[in-house]
Amino acid sequence: MTGPVRDDGGTAPPVLELRGLTVRHGSVPALTRLSVALRAGEITCVLGENGSGKSTLVAVLSGLVRPDEGQVLLDGRPVRLRTPRRAREAGIATVWQDLAVAPLLSVWRNLFLGAEPLRGIWPTRRLDLAAARETTVQAMRRVGVTGLDPDQPASALRAGERHSLAVARALHFGARVLVVDEPSAPMTVAQHALVLQSVVAARAEGLAVLFVTNNPRYAHLVGDRFLLLASGQVAGTLTRDDVDAADLTRLVAGGDELTALTAVLTAAHPELDR
Amino acid sequence: MPVSTDRLPGFGMAGTRGAPGPSRLLTRALARPSLPATVGLVVVVVLFGIRAPELLTVAGAAAVLEVAAPLGIGAVAVTLLMVAGQFDVSVGIVAVASALVTALLTGYAGWAVWPALGVSLLCALLVGVVNGVLVVNTGLPSFLVTLATLLVLQGVTLVGTEEVTGSAGIVGLSDSPGWTSAAAAFSSTVAVGDARFRISVLWWLGITAVATWVLWRTRFGNAVLAIGGARHAARELGVAVRRTTVALFCLTATAGWFIGTLGLLRLGGVSAVPGLASGVDYLVVAVIGGCLLTGGRGSAVGAAVSALLYAVARQGILLAGWDLRWFQALLGVLLLVALLANGAVRRRLKAVPRS
Repeated sequence: MTGPVRDDGGTAPPVLELRGLTVRHGSVPALTRLSVALRAGEITCVLGENGSGKSTLVAVLSGLVRPDEGQVLLDGRPVRLRTPRRAREAGIATVWQDLAVAPLLSVWRNLFLGAEPLRGIWPTRRLDLAAARETTVQAMRRVGVTGLDPDQPASALRAGERHSLAVARALHFGARVLVVDEPSAPMTVAQHALVLQSVVAARAEGLAVLFVTNNPRYAHLVGDRFLLLASGQVAGTLTRDDVDAADLTRLVAGGDELTALTAVLTAAHPELDR
Repeated sequence: MPVSTDRLPGFGMAGTRGAPGPSRLLTRALARPSLPATVGLVVVVVLFGIRAPELLTVAGAAAVLEVAAPLGIGAVAVTLLMVAGQFDVSVGIVAVASALVTALLTGYAGWAVWPALGVSLLCALLVGVVNGVLVVNTGLPSFLVTLATLLVLQGVTLVGTEEVTGSAGIVGLSDSPGWTSAAAAFSSTVAVGDARFRISVLWWLGITAVATWVLWRTRFGNAVLAIGGARHAARELGVAVRRTTVALFCLTATAGWFIGTLGLLRLGGVSAVPGLASGVDYLVVAVIGGCLLTGGRGSAVGAAVSALLYAVARQGILLAGWDLRWFQALLGVLLLVALLANGAVRRRLKAVPRS
């Protein structure tokens, strides 16, 4: 699976643009004057070691954290993503690192949590159960899970299906921008495949995708642009044409150590170096 | 390269899961939060039905329901709060304190009953807001925060009542203006045969029905379920965690006010001698009704059945002529059984692979 080679040179106007974004936790800066533009149909990978500001960036885009300085522009117009609900309404949806799945709730309640479809008028305004169930089945089918009972609790789902639920929710609500914060917990190859597939599928549907990952090889597999973060600042912006996977691995903090580790290992065990 | 997510290997699943037939039915029944309370209710009805047959007469039922109604009203509110993962032990003292406020305003300040009820409701809501804001802003365990509220209110009401009235209670309010209409709303009776059923039973059933509907059919209810079961996820998805929590503390305080009002209008007076245990009773009833201590699961119907269980056991022990102190022991055993049953359910619900 390789990403399509693009030659538009990034001339399309950005769907989402961050300008001079600064976030401080107390007096400690988590992000310093970060600027990035996300374009429709492009995957921007954010790489950096732990503490480089990746999760803060995700938190800003999903409305959990308000920036101290800087602007967020959606289609060129400044927006304020005050709450997660506001971000979702603006068409920015997130696949959270912890998936944000409530195990005791049913699948459809999980899918719509925080943005439930309603019908009727107050005081009998209530959840539209039929619509919610039907949409859930459709949204889950979109990510490849069929034959699902939307009323079963999320705890009855297999790990991969819980992943699919988080992705299906983000695809359903993320009309413009999809933010994927790759789980830091160990994943199987099939789970990695699901995450990467969802990212690529979202690009094919014309969404702007921000893919946050620790793994430069996976990033290079799908990414069009690469944003390297180090201590809250942009350490480099690259396009797919600039680097290959090995360069990218080296550029990401910790890459040097990995190269050294590889050298030591191949010296001791030549059979590892194919 | 066209990429399709339609055919992901290993993620599609065909057909339904779970064993069909009787074992699936059994699983569903076991998954209901109200099951332990229902089983307990059947046991005590049979046990005390044999020991004290007058329990099963219409008059016996009326006496049981009169005990169960205020308890059930408090337990329903505490259940919603517990589903959101919080506790409130101050319901009992809010009941006493708000009844005292109403009584002082009518008996000493000469107010009519309805405005006095409005002011005492505002006082109760203030207690709820203080509880809720303290819990959401400090992140302290709500059990301890409301325990502090309980102690403060208990001290203030005991001393305050004695300062103002010179005694530990206020009686003889039944000639205050508006008493008749308030009494009709909160403590009128319906005669069935030789027994008289209180209107509080209707209030209790109505509140239980509304609470069930709110919990399972509204956005607020969905937020309550999510906050208790997965608070972090709820926050990430934009559920108004703080606002919902404060609203629930206001709800339990309102339930306290309602219980106090029911008692005040039934007795025509109030005494400032609350037991420390009365605040815990609602919690015990809610847990026996199927609430998980960790939140995320509970049932208003379970709380109602549990309140009935409490009332039957209490009246049964009275009618059987036993020492009433046996009741506490029985309640403790019931609580322990409910905790173990809920814990088993929780382990089964949470037994899922982490992803």
